[in-house]
Amino acid sequence: MTPVFEVSRLSKEFGGLKVSRDISLAMAEGERLALIGPNGAGKTTFVNLVTGRIRPNSGHVRLDGEDITALGPEQRVRRGLVRTFQVTRLFPDMTPEEHVIMTVLQRHGKAARILARFHGDSEAADEAADVLATLGLTEVARRKVGAIAYGQQRLLEIAIALAQRPKVLLLDEPAAGVPSADTPRIEEALARLPASLAVLMIEHDMDLVFRFARRVVVLAAGELIFEGPPADVARDPQVREAYLGSYAHAGSHA
Amino acid sequence: MAEATIRSAAASRPGPLLRDLLGLGLIALGGLAGYLLFPDNLAFLTRLISVALLVLSLDLIVGYCGIASLGQAALYGAGAYTAGIACLNGVTEPFLLVLIGAAAGAMTGLLMGAVMLRAHGLPQLVLSIALVQLLHEAANKASWLTGGSDGLSGMVPAPLFGVFEFDLWGRSAYLFGLGLLLVVFAVLRLVVRSPFGMLCRGLKEDPLRISALGIYAFPVLLKMFVISGAVAGTGGALAAIATQVVGLDSVSFELSANALVMLVLGGIGHLYGALVGTVIFMALEHVVAAANPFHWMTLVGAVLIAIVLFAPRGLSGSLDQLAGLLTRQGGRAGR
Repeated sequence: MTPVFEVSRLSKEFGGLKVSRDISLAMAEGERLALIGPNGAGKTTFVNLVTGRIRPNSGHVRLDGEDITALGPEQRVRRGLVRTFQVTRLFPDMTPEEHVIMTVLQRHGKAARILARFHGDSEAADEAADVLATLGLTEVARRKVGAIAYGQQRLLEIAIALAQRPKVLLLDEPAAGVPSADTPRIEEALARLPASLAVLMIEHDMDLVFRFARRVVVLAAGELIFEGPPADVARDPQVREAYLGSYAHAGSHA
Repeated sequence: MAEATIRSAAASRPGPLLRDLLGLGLIALGGLAGYLLFPDNLAFLTRLISVALLVLSLDLIVGYCGIASLGQAALYGAGAYTAGIACLNGVTEPFLLVLIGAAAGAMTGLLMGAVMLRAHGLPQLVLSIALVQLLHEAANKASWLTGGSDGLSGMVPAPLFGVFEFDLWGRSAYLFGLGLLLVVFAVLRLVVRSPFGMLCRGLKEDPLRISALGIYAFPVLLKMFVISGAVAGTGGALAAIATQVVGLDSVSFELSANALVMLVLGGIGHLYGALVGTVIFMALEHVVAAANPFHWMTLVGAVLIAIVLFAPRGLSGSLDQLAGLLTRQGGRAGR
């Protein structure tokens, strides 16, 4: 079976500094993969390479067997490679409902219509209501996003991504900044993601990674240094060194 | 009205449409009040309406797309000159002239957008200035077509509906302009509440988020430039029909800058501010310039500084806040 998502020998350097070296990974349909790594490991660069924000020096990205390396970000999204953002990127003056309706309209090719009312498309409104209900956001669907809790904003990021009907979903630290009391709701939402969807989660929180992913890859200094089940990660000497080294420099929490 | 304040969490949404109708009613009332109260100043009021159309068109670009422009008069001037030239060449039907002006403005908007959207931020602003200066110079040099620095004059538009002459009193011109303004305003309220309008607001706030939805910014923004051009061109055509002269000032940097000042004065991003700002700026200019022709700009400058300091959202924004405080609405949906 061909992988739904494949990165092969992806490399990127900025002015001689190699921030991604020969990264290769493949994901099957429905897979739950986590990518972890200490600060400065090149996770952001990796996300930017995969989503098409920056071009690699060498290597390929394939989606559903198609080489998308040369495509821009919008084309990748349209083909089903969808991401969420580490820091929520939402419109504070719009409601969650409006965010999702806009997303659905785009999928239907109606997002830029002038001779229509935004709130007049009942098909899009119904679909948006369904997605918001799935994530438990019905109650706040018509409040301004600026006025809802951060945990709910994170859920809305996921709702928007789901409304795009992705084949591959890139979750960039989906629980970052959420108060610990609200993380169970995020985890619950992640557990209920469509079974056929391939999900790549980039995350710091090891507890979350352990509960979510069947397989983990570790990125350090731009290279993949580990691949395997979550249970083996902590035992791997190379991973320990990469993490301890970085924590020794940063002098932060364990 | 009363039940709208009792929390509108999951109710239907008659709100925005009702508010727009109310807004249109207010504009019509204000316009008619101007007609009845200042019968000797109708020429000035008609010019005010044509500039209001220019400022409205600028709000589409600045307020809804987040693109600063100091060259908006290029679109206005294109409408004015084209309508003027058409009128001198035998096309005298006023509605047709407005359509011609709108089309010319839209075409110019397409070109202007295509150039300006290549850049971002300050370079984009500089491009807008360069474009209006270029057009200004072109209008100056092509005197065989535009009359050069003398401008165009001697246009005689046909009577409105074949009945109402564009006479010296300017009654027909004013009511014609007021009608145009109401129609344009109603259409624009629909445009900004369409999916396209929401998308523009999104692009203004966070282009990366919109890109992550798989949407290209360029065609959306270009479309707005075309619409904006049509509105500005309508304003220009109205000026040409009403004053029956078209001068180089209609395609000047100064008019562009004034339009931006009026917009900021009134408040950006909801169209009402454009009207409020135009009325206040031009009324101030009219009254103060009559009293002291040399220092009126000083007063306008002082007023502007006060507004930026004390009401950064513009005058209408502050009114909005005040109304919000008074009515204490719960969850207000998009404007």
